[in-house]
Amino acid sequence: MAMKFEKTGEGTYMLDVCGYVCPHPQIYCKKSLEKINEGDILELVIDNPSSAETIIQMCDQVGHEILEKKNEGNKIIFRIQKA
Amino acid sequence: METVDTTEKRNQIWAFLVTGFLILVSMLYYKANVYYMYVVVYIWFGFAYGMMLQYGRFCFASASRDLFAAGVPRMAVGILVALFFFSLIQATLASTNMSTFHPAPFGIHTLISGVIFGVGMVLAGGCASGSLYKIGEGNGTSILSILGISFGQAIFVDVGGPLLKLVPQSWIDSSNAKELPAEKITSWFDYYLTGYVWDQPKIQLSHVKSVSEALPGALKYFVADSLINALIPAAILICVIYYFYSRKGFMKKRAKLKGGTTGFGDELSGIWGMITASKRTTLMGVIIGITAGLHIFVMKGMQIKFGISNFGELLERMGHTADLGINGTVFDPGYWYITSQEGQFGAWVLQLFGWDMRDNVFFGINNGLPEPWRNPALWMSFGIIFGAMVMSLLNKEFKFKIPKGELIVWGLLGGTLMGLGSRPALGCNIGAFFIRVAGGDPSGWLYGIGMVTGAFFGVKFFNWWSERKMAKEMESF
Repeated sequence: MAMKFEKTGEGTYMLDVCGYVCPHPQIYCKKSLEKINEGDILELVIDNPSSAETIIQMCDQVGHEILEKKNEGNKIIFRIQKA
Repeated sequence: METVDTTEKRNQIWAFLVTGFLILVSMLYYKANVYYMYVVVYIWFGFAYGMMLQYGRFCFASASRDLFAAGVPRMAVGILVALFFFSLIQATLASTNMSTFHPAPFGIHTLISGVIFGVGMVLAGGCASGSLYKIGEGNGTSILSILGISFGQAIFVDVGGPLLKLVPQSWIDSSNAKELPAEKITSWFDYYLTGYVWDQPKIQLSHVKSVSEALPGALKYFVADSLINALIPAAILICVIYYFYSRKGFMKKRAKLKGGTTGFGDELSGIWGMITASKRTTLMGVIIGITAGLHIFVMKGMQIKFGISNFGELLERMGHTADLGINGTVFDPGYWYITSQEGQFGAWVLQLFGWDMRDNVFFGINNGLPEPWRNPALWMSFGIIFGAMVMSLLNKEFKFKIPKGELIVWGLLGGTLMGLGSRPALGCNIGAFFIRVAGGDPSGWLYGIGMVTGAFFGVKFFNWWSERKMAKEMESF
């Protein structure tokens, strides 16, 4: 288990924080969004349900758009576009 | 490869097995002795709490942590909603002599303990109740947290030696004046309790002389305990949280929608929008508040039925006198409570290894050391774990996660700090904050302020920690 943040393409990034529990997923998600540019896409992979709730609200408040949210087994995958 | 249907069926089977196990336990207890129904009530209220906490992602750590770390007020609002309903029910019960609530000693110790607890709950990833429900989700870090709470507390209340040099003379004098059995006053915590905490005033607003004279009958409970101690502060906090964390984004969207001017009606819509933003959390806040009140009612009813004020009396009737403290009592809060029973569990384990855990006030005099299967509050904690497990299985959210690396450190350290931050205040986020605020005890707010302060510093630390890690990850681009 290790936090992984990598650039996956032009204007797209991936943050994998599987295995982490609160508050790490939401903190890393917030910091990743702060570091990427407006309009860039962040694919976020977590497996902590309570963090998902916070991340959804965080995006809504700031104005980031959740393009997609899907469940793959126990993983929750978000595609977030930075406002 | 397992299909979704197979996984869902398997989860349902496990959910039925867990529930069936608890039903079997309840029936065995009833068959053993009708007095054990007292324990069974704790089990099933714990089960209900566990289901609601998991479904609503209800965690007091999240309330302040996510506010500071992510600007998200969801959980803070959920707790204030729960407080609203719980305080009204508490007032109703108190006015009909059906309450088991009792206020706690009020002093600076409550604030300091809250700060320590607040740091711990952020490090651990959940408060005391949150850690229990997350164990039900399969969270291994939370298991470490609860172990930290259990053994940290047990050792803390029993350890003397060099720590005794730190006991102020005034505490020693006050403790000696109470003429307690000398063989039970052996640790720093014993002097802290008997020489300091027990001397502090206990305040329940409805019982303050001027209040009870001015507000006759039931009115004092609703006005003083509920309205003044809980509802008004909760309403103010909701407005403050809205103003600092929610208003800007909401009013921007509202102005865009209305093409410019907004008014007071929009502000009220904003507050309502914030309250209902997470429907599952708010709904669970309402139901948890009502359930916590119902729990008090049922426990009081059980006490009246059996003619007791403490489960220790029933244990004595059943011949289990070795479980009791020398006062004939065991830990029996009469409502939702966490940490004390985990401390008893830790002490029970340490006793198995030959450590005398009865030579102190906490276990030896007040709370006893019942066998875990005769510990009603501990069964409530197990109930929380199993209730959360059933809910997470049914929602396909159960996954056993073994903690690795830094999570092991955060879990153990956070749990230990939570233990150290709950014992001195005689309670945690539930017992020292939630229950007391709703019951009219202003020391609850003192603990709450401490928790929020501690959480602020915990979040600051984690922000710094994660910034370092992100910098390493981003070195390549």
